Amino acid sequence: MTTAASSREMRAVYCETLMRLAREDSRIVAVQADLTAAHGMKPFAEAFPDRSFNVGAAEANMIGVAAGLAACGKVPFVHSFSTFASRRCLDQIAVSVCYSGLNVKITGSDPGVCAELNGGTHMGVEDAALMRALPGMRVTEPVDATQLALALPVVAAHAGPVYIRLMRKAVPAVFSPDYAFRFGRADVLRPGRDVTVAACGLCVNEALAAAAMLAGQGIDAEVIAVHSLKPFDADTLVDAARRTGAVVTAENHSIIGGLGSAAAETLSERLPTPLARVGIRDRFGEVGKAEYLMKTLHISAGDIVAAARDVVGRKVV
Amino acid sequence: MNDDFRELRRRSTEIRRLLAQSVAGIGVGHLGGSLSVVDVLVYLYERRLRVNPERPDWPDRDRLVLSKGHAGPALYAVLAAKGYFPRETLSTLNRPGTVLPSHCDMRRTPGVDMTAGSLGQGLSAALGMALAARMDGKDYYVFCLVGDGELQEGQIWEAIMYAASRKAGNLTLIVDDNGMQVDDYTAKINDVRPIAPRLSAFGWAVREANGHDFAEMDAVLGRGEDEENRPRAVVLRTIKGRGISCAEGRVESHNMAFGAAELEQSLRELDAAAQEAERL
Repeated sequence: MTTAASSREMRAVYCETLMRLAREDSRIVAVQADLTAAHGMKPFAEAFPDRSFNVGAAEANMIGVAAGLAACGKVPFVHSFSTFASRRCLDQIAVSVCYSGLNVKITGSDPGVCAELNGGTHMGVEDAALMRALPGMRVTEPVDATQLALALPVVAAHAGPVYIRLMRKAVPAVFSPDYAFRFGRADVLRPGRDVTVAACGLCVNEALAAAAMLAGQGIDAEVIAVHSLKPFDADTLVDAARRTGAVVTAENHSIIGGLGSAAAETLSERLPTPLARVGIRDRFGEVGKAEYLMKTLHISAGDIVAAARDVVGRKVV
Repeated sequence: MNDDFRELRRRSTEIRRLLAQSVAGIGVGHLGGSLSVVDVLVYLYERRLRVNPERPDWPDRDRLVLSKGHAGPALYAVLAAKGYFPRETLSTLNRPGTVLPSHCDMRRTPGVDMTAGSLGQGLSAALGMALAARMDGKDYYVFCLVGDGELQEGQIWEAIMYAASRKAGNLTLIVDDNGMQVDDYTAKINDVRPIAPRLSAFGWAVREANGHDFAEMDAVLGRGEDEENRPRAVVLRTIKGRGISCAEGRVESHNMAFGAAELEQSLRELDAAAQEAERL
C-alpha cells in the first residue's frame, strides 16, 4: 500500500486542470453554490471572473442556470458537496439536465466518509446510486491526483452530463506519473489468483492494504481500481472473475446502487460468481474523522479482508 | 394601431382553433392553462421575438422558455402557424412517437428552447441563457413564461433573487396570473399574491397588464432595457380557459376531457367571436 499522501490536494489539481482546459476552450464556465473556496476554485474565479458564477446557497438554481448556459453552448462545471450536488437537486438534474440532454458537469465533493467533521447531513452515501440511475448520466470517481488530472479533459470533451465524485483533500497516490489512462477502463493494480477486489475512490488504498494482509494469510488477491461507475467496465470485471472465481467490491458509498451493485448486475448477468460487497450498509453516516468512520461504517482494509475470506470460502470448486 | 391588433386577434382566434383541434384529436389535454397564454404567445411571436422559423437553432435568436410546460399545446399551435413545422403535425399531439409531447421538450420540437414539465425550473434556465448572452456579447433577449401556481415552487425565487443580483436586464419573466392551479384557486391553496409587489421587492422592474389585451401587452412587453438593468417582469391578468366556454374560468379546465362535441361547440364560439371582433 502506498501510504505517502500525495503532496497535492485533489481540489488544487481540479482547479489547475480546469483552468488549463478553460484557457483552451472558451465554452468552459464554473457555477458554484457558495462553496468556491471549499472546492479550491478561487483561482479559477479570479482568472475567469466573467466565466464564474456563484448563485449562493441555492443548488436547484445552480443546476438550472447551468442548464441554460449549456443550452447556449457553454460547458458548465457546477459544484457542491456530494449530498447537495445530487439528492438536493435531483429532479433539476433529471429534468433540466439529463432529460433535456444538456452538457452539464456536476462535481459532488467530499463523498462518503470524506465529509468527516461535517457529519451525516453532508455525507453522500447514495449520490453515485442516484446519479447512476439517471438516463444519460456518466459517473466517475478519480482515485488520485494523477487520475483526476487525466480524467477531467475527457469529462470536458464528452458531450453530455457527467457526475464527478471528488475527494477534495490530498489522498495517497495510486498511479505513477507515467500511468497510461484509458477513460472508462478499470485498472488492474495488483495481479492475484484467488480473489478479485474491485474498489473505487478511497477504498482503493484499503483494497491494496487488504491484499497485503491477505497475502500473509495465503490468499493471493487481485486488486482492480474502478474510476468509471457508469459506463462500467464489465469486461475487465468478468475477465477477472473468470480467472479468480471470487469477487469483492469495496466502496466509500452505500452497497445499494454503487460499485457493488454495478458488479452484482454485471456478474449475475454474465458470469455468476460468489460476490461480497464492502460498503456502507444501508445507513447514514455520522460525524468523525475518516479513519473512525471507515471502521464504524465497515469500509476499511479489515472489512475487505473478512469479505475476501468469506467469498473465497464460497467459491465453486 | 387598431388594424395591427386586429391582425393579432385574428391570429389568436386561429391559434385557439388549432389548439382545440389538436387537443380534441386525443380527447384530453391541458386546455385551461394553454388558453390563458395563447394571446401573450401570439403577441411575442408576432411582435416581439427575433426568431427565424427556418433556423430554430439560430444562435442569435431571442429565447422563450415556457416553464409552465403543460401549456405546450398552445405553443405548438403558435409555432406551427409561424412555420416551424406543418400545421398537420398538430394532429399528432401526444400520439405515440410524436414530436409534440404534452409538456415542452427541446429535443423533440423545432422552436422549443427549453424542456419543461417539472414546474419551477424554467426561470433558472432562462437566466442561464441570459447570462450566456452577456458572456458572448450577444443582444438576444430571453423570456420566461410561468404560471401563477408555479410561483409556489421555491426554485423560482432562487432564480428571481439571482437574476436581480446579476442585473439580468436581458431577461423578462412573464407571469400568467390566471388565479387557478390544478386543485383549486391559487389564493385558496397557497396564495402567491400580491405578485407584482413581491417581484418589486426582489429588485425587478415590474409591470402589469391584461393578458388578453394586445394594446396593454404592447405597452409593457416592448423592446428596450430597464435603465438600471434590472430584470423585467410582466404580470398578466388572464383567464384560465379563455375563449372556449366549457373551459373558461373553470378550475377543472387544467386537464380536461375534450372530444368531438366540445370541439364542434368551441369552433362555433370561436367563429362567432371572430366575427364580433371584426366589427370592432
